Amino acid sequence: MNPKRLDLMQGTLDVMVLQTLSAMGSLHGYGIARRIEQISGNQVLLNQGTIYASLVRLQQRGWIASEWGTSDNQRKAKYYSITRRGVKQLAADVQRWERLSDVMGRMLGQNVEDAG
Amino acid sequence: MIDALRELPARLASFFHKRARDVDFDHEMTAHLEFAVQENLRRGLPLDEARRRALVEIGGVSQARELHRESRGLPLLDTVIQDLQYAGRTLKRDAGLTVFAVLMVGLGVGASCTVFSVLNALLIRPLPFADPDRLVWIANPTPFNSAQTTQVANLVEFQAQSGSFSGIGGYSPFYGAGDILLSGGGEPERLTGVPVTGTFFPLLGLKPGLGRFFSADECRWKAPKTVVLSHGFWQRRFAGDPGAIGRQLILDGEPATIVGVLPAAFDFAATFTPGSRADLFYPFPLTPETNSQGNTLALIGRLKQGANINTAQAEATVVGERIRGAVALDRSRNGFRPKLSSLRDRVSGGFRYALAVLAGAVALLMLLVCANLSNLLLARASARQKEMAIRTALGAGRGRLVRQMLIESIVLASAGAAFGLALAVCGTSLLARLPGANIPLLQSVHVDGVALAFTLAISVLTGIVFGMAPALQVSATAPIDALKVSGRGSIGGGRGWMRGSLVVCEIALAAVLLTGAGLLTESLIRVLRVDLGFATGNLLALRADPGVAYASHAQKLAYFDRLLGAVRSVHGVESAGITDALPLGENFGWRDWGLGAKGQVYEKGKRPSPFIRVVDDGYLATMRIPLRAGRDFTGADNLTSDRVALINETFARTLWPGEDPLGRIVTPTIGDQEFRVIGVVGGVRYFGFEKDSGPEIYFPIRQTANFKSVDLVVRGSGPPARLAAAVRTALRSADPNLPAADFHTMDQLVDRAVFARRSVVALLTGFAAFGLILASLGIFSVISYSVSRRKPEIGLRIALGASAGGLQAQILMQTLKLAAIGLAVGLPASWAAALAIRGLLFDTRANDWATFAGVLAVLTCVAAVAGYVPARRASRLNPLDTLRCD
Repeated sequence: MNPKRLDLMQGTLDVMVLQTLSAMGSLHGYGIARRIEQISGNQVLLNQGTIYASLVRLQQRGWIASEWGTSDNQRKAKYYSITRRGVKQLAADVQRWERLSDVMGRMLGQNVEDAG
Repeated sequence: MIDALRELPARLASFFHKRARDVDFDHEMTAHLEFAVQENLRRGLPLDEARRRALVEIGGVSQARELHRESRGLPLLDTVIQDLQYAGRTLKRDAGLTVFAVLMVGLGVGASCTVFSVLNALLIRPLPFADPDRLVWIANPTPFNSAQTTQVANLVEFQAQSGSFSGIGGYSPFYGAGDILLSGGGEPERLTGVPVTGTFFPLLGLKPGLGRFFSADECRWKAPKTVVLSHGFWQRRFAGDPGAIGRQLILDGEPATIVGVLPAAFDFAATFTPGSRADLFYPFPLTPETNSQGNTLALIGRLKQGANINTAQAEATVVGERIRGAVALDRSRNGFRPKLSSLRDRVSGGFRYALAVLAGAVALLMLLVCANLSNLLLARASARQKEMAIRTALGAGRGRLVRQMLIESIVLASAGAAFGLALAVCGTSLLARLPGANIPLLQSVHVDGVALAFTLAISVLTGIVFGMAPALQVSATAPIDALKVSGRGSIGGGRGWMRGSLVVCEIALAAVLLTGAGLLTESLIRVLRVDLGFATGNLLALRADPGVAYASHAQKLAYFDRLLGAVRSVHGVESAGITDALPLGENFGWRDWGLGAKGQVYEKGKRPSPFIRVVDDGYLATMRIPLRAGRDFTGADNLTSDRVALINETFARTLWPGEDPLGRIVTPTIGDQEFRVIGVVGGVRYFGFEKDSGPEIYFPIRQTANFKSVDLVVRGSGPPARLAAAVRTALRSADPNLPAADFHTMDQLVDRAVFARRSVVALLTGFAAFGLILASLGIFSVISYSVSRRKPEIGLRIALGASAGGLQAQILMQTLKLAAIGLAVGLPASWAAALAIRGLLFDTRANDWATFAGVLAVLTCVAAVAGYVPARRASRLNPLDTLRCD
């Protein structure tokens, strides 16, 4: 296991889940976990079990919906999809994250310039 | 925050569907693992490695499930429920202790809740009127007495000149209980009617329960008679029939129309004249005719918005002076000195002190309960040391253990509180139904929302207070120490100290309660020992008003002779007499004739006004009122002979200090009648044990028709209850229309007169006894505990030849040392408490040494007994057993 993988900050997993569902449509828990790992290029230290805590939280807030379905290989699984409120929430989260990363980038970039 | 709120319904749903959600989650997990395994297999891993990898990546199924539960349900509530279940199991295991604790807390909470409910009804809950804080009582004290009543013309002028009140109204308190005879359909019945001004009910902000109140027209002089019924009388006589409105009652032979019924929430008697009854109300006109009756009205005013009692009093004082100045020379007008107080103070303010004492006592009692339970739980805590140590070793945090212990004690306290609440509900409903209670608003005492909240608060507080010490104690010990130590170890040396201090507190608290109860019991005994001025034993009294059929004085006298003749012929009757003012009764024959010595000139307002009694020639002998000088009335003192009077010693001293009053003449303010004093009698305490008799004068009933209510007094040779039936039969034969109710034994009246004091004493004595039991249990448990800890040592001593007596003495000394420290703290505290209740004492000093000595003796004896039992057990130990144990 790569020891330098990122520990997830509080709240980031929820956004990743929402984004994944928004991009991929309906997915089951394992699919979401694998997708996040793949997109992050295995940079994220994902305890796959925590996905389910995130999923139940998002569902109880009404941002995603779930339903039992059948996978390609005829396996029964619970499929999650983003709701309209989830889309709105995701837009707000994305905006917040962009602002935050913008500010962080500038702060850190400035430090480098000063030091240089 | 908003997210948390949005989640709440879903979380609640999850909380209540735990099982379904878990099953759902497990299916999901299975699917997940299968996907992961298959993917790993596709990558070419062997089956077990594929499985292992899948489990590692998921981070443990049970951890994931735990995380899932936390995110979806109510995790805090879950742990609390776990704690509660655990507490339930623990308490069930220690059933004996649990029952005992619940009983103790229950008795304590029951007492507190009952006392609080009384306090709530009398002092906290608003009076049953609209905006009651704006209502003030307007008394009219003279420099010589604390009179409560005002003359009609003074009221009218005061109302016109005062700007502070939006209205003033009142009632005339000089009605007699049972003065009105209801005849017509059904049993004849005596009713109590209260004359009220037309403004009285609207002023209080009352709305009629049915019909209406009096119109201005009905408040004229000699207007056709109308009445408003009390809710209770309407229920009783008309069974709550709304058709009663407009019907007529025959009152004293005259018809009166029912115009309205009071609302159920307002009980006039309970508010203004506790211990009596008010059945109906009729208008009191404000006219020259009623003005000529003198001070007749007890006044209540409603303050305008913006006025307060101080500004209103300042204005009233000025207006009062102006009115007094204007009427100084008018002999038909009385003085007027308005004195304002809040209506609440007037109604129940007099009980504030006693209630504060009771509340204080109950608070001490609750402290005692807490100390005792704390003590018990500490003892149990040491037994549970190992259990706690294991839980700590298994990873329970200190906070969790403290919470666990506190939850246990709160569960105990709540169970106790539930029991206590049941006791309080019974207690208050008993109190509210007590007959002959002369405490205002007592009928309205019940456990209401405020009392419930109070009970809840004290039970949780109690649980925390008595659970705190054991909780901290348990969690303070390192697990390794606790596990290492076997049964005989020496942990809890500190606990021994803590338990000792708790017992010291218990003894001190018990000393304070005992002292209070002792002093007040002593006071009650002294009150009951007060000479009322007549003998109360074997005495029966009943109303015997002649009624409208006997119009003339002569007819009435003939009627009395017939009644007396019938009663005197009953077997077992020693003597009988007639009075218009029964001591300790409800009617005092209110009249003010302003009687003075003939020839003496008195300043206005300084003329003596003795209490007037109109009696027959058998009354003094029947009551055994002592004749000090001269002679009693005889049948010959009638309209054809000289007008005569008897006076009591106080009045004799007032009129002719140091001189012989026999043969002297008294004259009233108005008229030129002269009464010759033929004898001097002892004073009678008409108003109760704690009020002096004051000046009194007796007139023979054969010489004056000036009486309203009449009581027949009968002295029997045996208990009056046995006599009552025979007397009633005899009276029925003499007058079939005589209402049978209103039969009192004098002992009943005595009980009513000391009701409030006796209730306080009974409650305090109960509290003190309970406190004493608790304290003795505390001593017993601490000494037993210390003996059990020292078993090996004691066994060794016995083996080495220590005598049983010596061992017993040693343990007893240990007990008495605790008691001595407790008393050293408790006696000064008791002294302070005695000073605090000084105002309730009667003829008893706060530093009554006998009481303090008694408390000292009782507590020492109780401590000795409580210590002797374990001491005796210790001295009988078999040394072999004790040395062998563990």
